[in-house]
This record gives sequence, structure tokens and C-alpha cells, in this order.
Amino acid sequence: MDWFRILIKSAALTALLTGCATPLPPLIEAPKLGMPVAADTLTAQMLNVFPDGRGLPSGQGSVAEGARLFARHCAGCHGKDGRGGTAEELTGASRPLDHSAADKTIGSYWPYATTLFDFIRRAKPMGAPGTLSADEVYALSAWLLHANGLITADTMLDAARLAALRMPNRDGFLWIEAP
Amino acid sequence: MTRRTNSSPDTAPVDAGGGALDRRRFLKRGAALAGATTVTGPRAAQTGGDLPWLHVPGQPFSAYGQPSQHERYTARRIGANRAVAGNGVSFTPLEDLEGTITPNGLHFERHHNGVPQIDPARHRLIVHGRVRQPLSFDMKSLLRYPMRSQLLFIECGGNSNAGWHTEPIQRPAGSVHGLVSCAEWTGVPLSILLDEAGVDPEASWVIAEGADAGAMNMSIPLGKMLDDCLIGLYQNGERLRPENGYPMRLIVPGWEGVLHVKWLQRLEVADRPVMSRNETSKYTELLPSGKARQFTFTMGCKSLITSPSHGQTLRQPDVYQISGLAWSGHGRIARVEVSADNGRHWTDAALQSPALPHCFTRFRLPWRWDGKPAVLKSRATDEAGNVQPERAALIAERGRAGYFHYHAIVAWAIEDDGLVSHTY
Repeated sequence: MDWFRILIKSAALTALLTGCATPLPPLIEAPKLGMPVAADTLTAQMLNVFPDGRGLPSGQGSVAEGARLFARHCAGCHGKDGRGGTAEELTGASRPLDHSAADKTIGSYWPYATTLFDFIRRAKPMGAPGTLSADEVYALSAWLLHANGLITADTMLDAARLAALRMPNRDGFLWIEAP
Repeated sequence: MTRRTNSSPDTAPVDAGGGALDRRRFLKRGAALAGATTVTGPRAAQTGGDLPWLHVPGQPFSAYGQPSQHERYTARRIGANRAVAGNGVSFTPLEDLEGTITPNGLHFERHHNGVPQIDPARHRLIVHGRVRQPLSFDMKSLLRYPMRSQLLFIECGGNSNAGWHTEPIQRPAGSVHGLVSCAEWTGVPLSILLDEAGVDPEASWVIAEGADAGAMNMSIPLGKMLDDCLIGLYQNGERLRPENGYPMRLIVPGWEGVLHVKWLQRLEVADRPVMSRNETSKYTELLPSGKARQFTFTMGCKSLITSPSHGQTLRQPDVYQISGLAWSGHGRIARVEVSADNGRHWTDAALQSPALPHCFTRFRLPWRWDGKPAVLKSRATDEAGNVQPERAALIAERGRAGYFHYHAIVAWAIEDDGLVSHTY
């Protein structure tokens, strides 16, 4: 046994005796350059809408208003009734999810209604994302949910109603690598 | 065909299954074959005549170098949405490249609504949500933080999705499988910034958001973020290209491309996933049962022969270099086997070292084509023991409606005229 191995062995023994078998690695020295952000600034910029409704703004929208907005902003790509054009089919599922050519529409596939608000507010219409008011996003969500047979034509959609809506495929997903 | 006609039976390359050569025997015999070529005399070489560039001064210096004009066809192939030009993909031409690094101008793209032209002076990264102190970082600040460099592949979850089709798609290898690229990414370990903001011990997810037109958002487990994710600032030594997230993107080693959020502007620490459109209605895989796999992050163990591959032609029976790429989101590539007889016999290919985790590994194997129909396949195994599945096995497990995460063995058929096409 050479001197180096003896040194290692004695170091290990010391560590064992002092109850500190693995010395902590040195913390990475980093500057702390993050600037604090004020809460009201944050709230104004936050777009995430969670399944429990967290992140939904106040406002409301009707199915009828949503129909008008859909015809103007969305039908060009999604088709006039939302059954798909050059873009996704959003309504009108006929083949079930266990069919080899299943229709994955909002009504048949999407697990959460809040996703509609999250996605439309941030990403639609494609030519001018982020330009719709909260009322308009509620209205479009209302029409899409109605067109999928999930709410009645006279529903006035708001944060509480959207978060409370249980989608048919809520339990259709297997979490593979989620914590 | 000097080599073949002058090779006596005991010095000829030995087939180890359908013409794939035993690598060690081939290397041993290489010297003898080269000698035989010299002795009998090669065909007369063409010199090209008196070359004009020997007699006139060349071009001046260039501020940013470009590929040779003779290589201008080595280009990304674009598959954009006709209605919305910024929605679609461009493929890396894998069959035109060698080694493991994808040049920055050829890195694949997937955009949901175009490439934003971001002024870095006006861009901020905000870390908020379940943190002690919400923080905003500007570019100048981030560039002062400790950085790490890693060679990593990024693969779109939808790469190779034509493999689910009933008929083999007839397109060049890169135009089917080229939504994967490999680069050296340098940036700030995310754990440093999260530590500075002070993460709530109850938190378990981080929702990343881009600054594109659509503010694309994806949920990523906090554990992965703290483990090995980076705020990517440099790509192959230079600052990110706009189409790859300039001025910053998330780097999530080994996980599907959509999580590597480009133009990163916000990280919300949370106790649950946000259930965004791209983690519910997209990037989930419908199974035959009607249930769908969700949060399938790790890219599977995969390989692909890039040469010979679809659209290429073997001019005559001779020795050819099989060359390809292997990668796995689970870690390092441990082994790549090649078959020239549709999977009946397999031979180990040589792996170009170093084989790094979550990185392309180049494999090569010399192969003597005898002029008869053959089917070439490659099969990767990673250090965790994952073996790339045959297509039939993957479909038996997943059905054909999953669309994402196709990583089955790819087969190239060689006809007796030397033409290479895709086959199942």
C-alpha cells in the first residue's frame, strides 16, 4: 500500500468518525443579479390558466357572441362549424377515442376546459395573438364548448363556470413521467 | 473492381450475416487489400486539367463564412403550413451530414407561429410563482452567471411520425427523421436562478413560456429543472440563432423538443402542471384502448442509417461504409448493431468516441454489397439497457394513433439495381 492510498484510507476513517462521510461539494459561486418584480407588474403579464381556474380574469361571454367572433377570426382555417379546414378539427367528433382513426376534438379529447381560455388568450387569432379581450376569449370558449355539446346555447361563461366544467375525457390520460 | 477480382478466397472480406462485415477481420485484411490494389494498378486517375484557381487570386475575406457554393443543396427542407407560413417544421438533412454536430444553419425547426425578431435589450426572463422573491433577469446579467457546456441532441416529439403510416414513406432520411439535431449548448444552470429566487419546498412543476406570437407554454417537473436544465445562450459557440430561440431557450437534456422552450421569457414555479394545449391535445399519445399517454418526456433509444439511405444509389457491387446516428434520452449509446439481411443476423458497428449522454453517437461499419437485394437495419442499445424496438413491436404496444415518440428500427431496401428505398 503506497502513501497515497493510506492517506485516502485515513481521510475516509476521519470522515466516518466525524459522521460526515461525504463532504458537501462547494456551492457554485454566482452573482445575484435578479431584479425584484412587483406583484402588480407580474399579475398584468401572467397568462397561465390552471385547471382549478387560477389565472382566469374577470369577465364573461355568451355563446352567440362567440359564434360571431369564431366566424370572423377562426373559421377561415378551422371551417365554419369548427370541423377542421387547414387547421385542427375542434368540434364534431364521430369516431371514438378507441377507434383507429379517432377524432380528437375539444369535446372528445381535451381534459380541461380552462385550457381553452389559456390557449385562445395567448395564441389566437393566429394573425394577431393576444389582441382579444377577456370577454371575447370567454365568448369564444363558450361557443366552442356549446358546439361540442357541453354547455347550452344560453350559457353566459365566466371564470367560475369555466373552471367548474368537467370535460368528458378528464380521466383519459395516463401520466407517464410526471412527479 | 480490381479488389474483388484479385482477392483470393482466403483474403476476401468475410460476411458476418447478410454481407455485414466482421469489423475486426475487415480491418486486419484492409492492408492486404490495399496492397493488392497497388500491385495490379488502379484505374487511371483524372487530374482535372489545368485548374483556373491556381492562377488567379481568390476571394477576399468574409465577415461570416458561408458553405461552398457547391454545397448549397445541403439545406433544411421546409414543411410549412400553407395557410400560416410560420407554423410548421424544417428538417435537418441528416443524410448529407457526417460526424455528430449539426451546423447552426441546419438545426431543425418547429415553430408554432413564426420566428420572433427579439431585441435582446428589451427581453427579460422572469422567475415567479412559488418562489420567495419573483425575479427578473436581463441579458447582460445572465451573461455574467456561471455557465456549463454540453453536447446534446434535441428531438421533436413528432419526429419520424410517418413511421406510423401503413405504407413506408418514400422521402430522404432527413425529411422523415430530421426533426432531430445535435449541438453544443452553453448556458446558465437553471438551478442557480431557481436557488436565487428561493423555491417553495411544496412546488413540483415549472411552467416555461416563450416570447413568440402565441407565448407557447409547457409544464416541466421541477426535479428535472434543478437536475440538469440550462438557460441556453450559445449554440455551437455562437449566440443562439433566432430560429433556435435567440436570445435564450430552455435546454432539457434528453427530453422531447417542445420542452426546450425557445425565446424563453417566463418560468412560473407551481404545484401542478398548467395543462396547456401543447401538453394535453398535442404531444400526448392515444393508445388503442382510447386512453392517452401524457407527460412522456424522455426520447427513446433510437438509431438510423444515414448512408446508404433513401434516394441514394449504389453504383456497383463493392465495399461501402454504412454510417449512421444513434441517440437516447436515457443516457449514453452503448451499442449499435447493423443487419444487412432484414434483421436475421446482426453485427456490431464501431461507435465513434466519445459516446456522450443525450448526444448523437456516430456509428460506422464497412459492408460489401454483392449486387443482390438487401435490407439494411440498425438497432441501438443505450447504457440503461433500452433496446430500439422493431416497428411491429412498437405498434403492438402503442397502436398507430399515437403520432408522437416513434423510435422503431428503420429499414432501407437495396434493389439489385442499387437503388435505396424505405421499407418496412
